[in-house]
Amino acid sequence: MQFGIFTVGDVTPDPTTGTAPTEAERIRATLAIAAKVEEVGLDVFATGEHHNPPFVPSSPTTLLGFIAGRTERIVLSTSTTLITTDDPVKIAEDFSVLQHLSAGRTDLMLGRGNTGPVYPWFGKDIRQAVALTVENYDLLRRLWREETVDWEGRFRTPLQGFTLVPRPLDGVPPFVWHGSIRTPEIAELAAYYGDGFFANHIFWPASHTERMVRLYRQRFEHYGHGTAAQAIVGLGGQVFMRRNSQDAVREFRPYFDNAPVYGHGPSLEEFTAQTPLTVGSPQQVIERTLGFRDYVGDYQRQLFLVDHAGLPLKTVLEQLDMLGEDVVPVLRKEFEVGRPADVPAAPTHESLVAARKSEGADG
Amino acid sequence: MTALAVVSGGLREPSSTRLLADRLDAAVRADLDAAGVSASSTVVELRPLGRAVMDAMLTGFPTTSLAEAFDILADADGLIAVTPAFNASFGGLFKSFFDVLPEETLTDMPVLIGATGGTERHSLVLEHALRPMFSYLHAVVSPTGVYAATDDFGAQEGASLRERIDRAAVDFSRLLRSCGPRQRRDVFAEEVASMERLLGSNDRRHPRP
Repeated sequence: MQFGIFTVGDVTPDPTTGTAPTEAERIRATLAIAAKVEEVGLDVFATGEHHNPPFVPSSPTTLLGFIAGRTERIVLSTSTTLITTDDPVKIAEDFSVLQHLSAGRTDLMLGRGNTGPVYPWFGKDIRQAVALTVENYDLLRRLWREETVDWEGRFRTPLQGFTLVPRPLDGVPPFVWHGSIRTPEIAELAAYYGDGFFANHIFWPASHTERMVRLYRQRFEHYGHGTAAQAIVGLGGQVFMRRNSQDAVREFRPYFDNAPVYGHGPSLEEFTAQTPLTVGSPQQVIERTLGFRDYVGDYQRQLFLVDHAGLPLKTVLEQLDMLGEDVVPVLRKEFEVGRPADVPAAPTHESLVAARKSEGADG
Repeated sequence: MTALAVVSGGLREPSSTRLLADRLDAAVRADLDAAGVSASSTVVELRPLGRAVMDAMLTGFPTTSLAEAFDILADADGLIAVTPAFNASFGGLFKSFFDVLPEETLTDMPVLIGATGGTERHSLVLEHALRPMFSYLHAVVSPTGVYAATDDFGAQEGASLRERIDRAAVDFSRLLRSCGPRQRRDVFAEEVASMERLLGSNDRRHPRP
């Protein structure tokens, strides 16, 4: 099982001091966070993609390319790449280059973005969001799998005899996850292609995630990619830890109360009860996270959100230390207990290359 | 068994809005009963859900108690919705409740509208505010709504509140019986089915390699 973090990349004032980092400071902090992810033994660093203030990651593969050069081991991913408004040709090119730069430590999560105006900013019609997703993803897959592509669709100029360069590393495209907060359409899309399904999980009650993952697993089996239990599931999570759980609650409360996504609404206690947010000791985080398996089954990737709402870099790095030292080693061990042998691990470049070779040998 | 949901947006306790809602409910059930249709009703008071409604607006998901209220509406065959008139419109809590109610909940739902106010000067709030909102939500709004001013609860002459309630109840009862039992919409399944069709048609245009 893989563990990592996903960052939104927001520039939010620290509510306890009123000061916000500059964009340069936020980007440098993101680099420090990614380096820490590798240092403490986590597996995945994923960044969001946003095209408006107060966010900084508008160009994820630039950021991930730099991180690839400074790390050796972690998988670089996104949360999410906008399949609706980004040109699928450019997505294919950017991630193809990143895949080569990182020697295969690349995958990506496709999604639709979090703000309506991103559609008109990129010349797209928000009412076509689902149709754009289907058509663009179809083209993206072709570009990665076919040497020469002849293609015609509704939303993009046709391609005749187009060849993506560079070709995917070892002839194997990056693994694709489909990320969703709300809509079952994305679960259906992921199941259709046998891709990974990542449930954002952190902004909605667990019952919703349970339903979405169940749908994805059923449809994964329906489309003949394996059994429901073998479907590739990722989950978000959101934690804040101190050794003493009361200290965690006291320290995190002002960040929660003023957080852009849920601030000024439910109390920390209410939100903790209703969503996977866990504020407390490492042991509490371990117990809560292990509980996710009860409603989604054995899964492949767990990403935590730790660096939002104006939390200072020092605090975020402390969270990563605790994840790496106290939490994830226990989770790795415990998640293996009772895990059926035929439930696959999260696909990696190496496993995809091996699968391709064995397919070639079989055929 | 016809299931009625009754939404009361009154803010005070006791509430004249709730009083009107209860009287409409009783009159509708009496008329259904006379027509040989048994009915049950469940009241959703909005005041206790005030914070939950605002939290749902801010977080995008309902608390358990609010989700239960949503289910009462989704499972109903008809809705009686009553609000106090504030500033020439419905009350803010009433509007907010319907703003966070999941889309399509009221599609094809027969709705009887009612409103209360200090004087009869605000009676057109039914036609200017409630009817357009429920029409927008694809509900089937009963032609006769009931507005009750404070004086109506003690008036001796003219078109009495009792008569107006009965007239509205007869119309709504006929609408309910014509529409019959209502199938709850499963938007989740509908979205999956439409995605399946879209993926299938894309595959026919561009067969997978």
